[in-house]
Amino acid sequence: MEEYRLSHLQELEAESIHIIREVAAEFENPVMLYSIGKDSSVMVRLAEKAFAPGKVPFPLMHIDSKWKFREMIEFRDRYAKEHGWNLIVESNMEAFNAGVGPFTHGSKVHTDLMKTKALLDALNKWKFDAAFGGARRDEEKSRAKERIFSFRDQFNQWDPKNQRPELWDIYNSRIHKGESIRVFPLSNWTELDIWQYIRLENIPIVPLYFAKERPCVEIDGNLIMADDDRLPKELVPKIHMRMVRFRTLGCWPLTGAVESNATTIEEIVEEMMTTTKSERTTRVIDFDQEASMEQKKREGYF
Amino acid sequence: MKDKHIDIKSYLDADERKSLLRLLTAGSVDDGKSTLIGRLLFDSKKLYEDQLQALERDSKRVGNAGAGEIDYALLLDGLKAEREEGITIDVAYRYFSTNLRKFIIADTPGHEQYTRNMITGGSTANLAIILVDARTGVITQTRRHTFLVSLLGIKHIVLAVNKMDLVDFSEEVFNKIKGEYLELTNQLGIEDVTCFPISAKEGDNVVEKSERTPWFEGTSLLQYLETVPIDQDRNMQDFRFPVQYVLRPNLDFRGFSGKVASGIIRKGDEIMALPSRKTSRVKSIVTYEGELDYAFCPQCVTITLEDEIDISRGEMLIKPDNLPFIGRHIQTKLVWMDEEPMDRSKQFFLKANTNTTRATISAIDYRIDVNTMEHLEGKDFKLNEIGQVQITTAKTLFFDAYKQNRATGAFILIDPITNNTCAVGMIEKQLDEADLLQEDLPTLDLPKLGIAPEHYEAIEKAVKELSKQGLEIVIKK
Repeated sequence: MEEYRLSHLQELEAESIHIIREVAAEFENPVMLYSIGKDSSVMVRLAEKAFAPGKVPFPLMHIDSKWKFREMIEFRDRYAKEHGWNLIVESNMEAFNAGVGPFTHGSKVHTDLMKTKALLDALNKWKFDAAFGGARRDEEKSRAKERIFSFRDQFNQWDPKNQRPELWDIYNSRIHKGESIRVFPLSNWTELDIWQYIRLENIPIVPLYFAKERPCVEIDGNLIMADDDRLPKELVPKIHMRMVRFRTLGCWPLTGAVESNATTIEEIVEEMMTTTKSERTTRVIDFDQEASMEQKKREGYF
Repeated sequence: MKDKHIDIKSYLDADERKSLLRLLTAGSVDDGKSTLIGRLLFDSKKLYEDQLQALERDSKRVGNAGAGEIDYALLLDGLKAEREEGITIDVAYRYFSTNLRKFIIADTPGHEQYTRNMITGGSTANLAIILVDARTGVITQTRRHTFLVSLLGIKHIVLAVNKMDLVDFSEEVFNKIKGEYLELTNQLGIEDVTCFPISAKEGDNVVEKSERTPWFEGTSLLQYLETVPIDQDRNMQDFRFPVQYVLRPNLDFRGFSGKVASGIIRKGDEIMALPSRKTSRVKSIVTYEGELDYAFCPQCVTITLEDEIDISRGEMLIKPDNLPFIGRHIQTKLVWMDEEPMDRSKQFFLKANTNTTRATISAIDYRIDVNTMEHLEGKDFKLNEIGQVQITTAKTLFFDAYKQNRATGAFILIDPITNNTCAVGMIEKQLDEADLLQEDLPTLDLPKLGIAPEHYEAIEKAVKELSKQGLEIVIKK
């Protein structure tokens, strides 16, 4: 008996592949933004699926804030090499050389310069007309309303009150010169869907997602892992080994670890389902100011 | 400890097989729609504690609920501007799941000026929940929402008669509203309508059946959502495969990638390519995981053919014994989505699945009063106006009536100057092209010009590029 039923994951997968192909067909110079996180890892696999047995016809770009966990960078380089990706890495070297960092300048200045500005500069430099991002609508309230094809003006700004209607699976990809579209193929995935898919498809992810004894220090209620020697000296004596893992990955001084014993995906899911905190609470940047993610998005950050 | 791991594993194994239901909710600000959604999310235990804590903080500041009560609506109103205005202004998507299904809710506002958003949210929905206030029953807005739902071809409707607590859970009140509503849906030809007496605020008949409505014989709303069959809603008869991307990784492989819009295709099936009408057989159905024996909607696959046929994006593979409409002149329902009113002198871009072409609105048959469903005369359309028009396209379209096939009967119109999606359409039928005014498109007759066939591909490529830039030219070869 033939079966004509798709599971929710197969349906989400099909939706994402359709979106990714649509972008490859309709834009001249698309790029896939790669954060090295679990969502990015799923998005990258979906792109590989969309063009199999061929190669993915667009590059992968990582905006390196120069404060990422070392394991992330190792993972990024290994994955791109093994899977034949054309990897672009861009950083705001001017700010980096001027010594900008989260400990000295705070999370807002650091994020503005090393993430948002670095991203905007890179998009302008390469003249990308479409950029994939791995954001999901269930992550954060302002994302729940964003389109899958999210229009950005020539200043890369998002206007939540003036979004293009988006119907069925017909995406409007028409833009004027200098404008661009951010594309979110994982819009309809939830955190659980992502973990399920990683489990089913055996998608490699950065080991930081799994619990391990790691050197941590408590800063403003967040468990911060001392990933390199740029931790302020006065904090060094306070480092303790803790059994922790990360629910999201970003700049190490801005990404709180959670105490956990979860060393497998099953255990992570179990922990997630019984946990009392949603995933972005370990992100320091969301709490800078009220409605801060919406503000960042308007300014061009994802 | 070990048992626990088997538990989570079997949970994940079961979760992986769940189906997906997309639903639309429509109702006015005061109908308690956000409260209903908040409760579905909350009671299905998908609200994390810290989101609740943030909510309690926000409730104290701007909440509209009484002292000490949680304002479920705050959970949903994502954007800062909206929170200040106290209304939901755009479509927001919510996710929750139960043991049986995953749900995607498109939450859309009920104001008249936001028809646009409801149409947007409903375009992918399998099911619509229409809320009414038990105290006021079916009102103009209910009629409007129901009309839009029927226009979108949503197969299942739930009428949630909310605030039953304020009418003492009266069976009589419920039956009266139900009767009135069924009259409306009969008139619109909507077959599957199920009515529920609920109190979103107090939870009656939302997740659990309420003891306060012993007269109500149905299940709870959530139980219904978990079990309503939706597999039959897809069109599995008419194979349509709009070519999305031509995959040519090497000289030996030439595949046509796309989503099966409707129907089923098997290895070895005879297919026809449109518009060339050349036929071949399916050599293989390729995916990342390997080859498939068959594929069905909405799977994304790559099809290779036995014969070398020149096919590019925007063309369509079908079965030779089951053709769609093929033409340039259509009658269609149209919803105007742009702040700028319709300007009939414009040549729009029409995008239908992967096919984009220039299009003009050649006639306006009528506008529809969304409140009374009466036909009105109209010269043009303004934001949120709906009606029936005739459209002429530069390139040939391959389509079906929207009622038969949502995937191949829908299109969007794009403004050629602002690039905004200014209207959306649901095709009704093909119109006779004999009386079609010849648009007198510039034509390149390649044989007549003495151009050798080996140059055709390059010329087609150039013409395609011109078409992308807005200049439509017809090639004869």
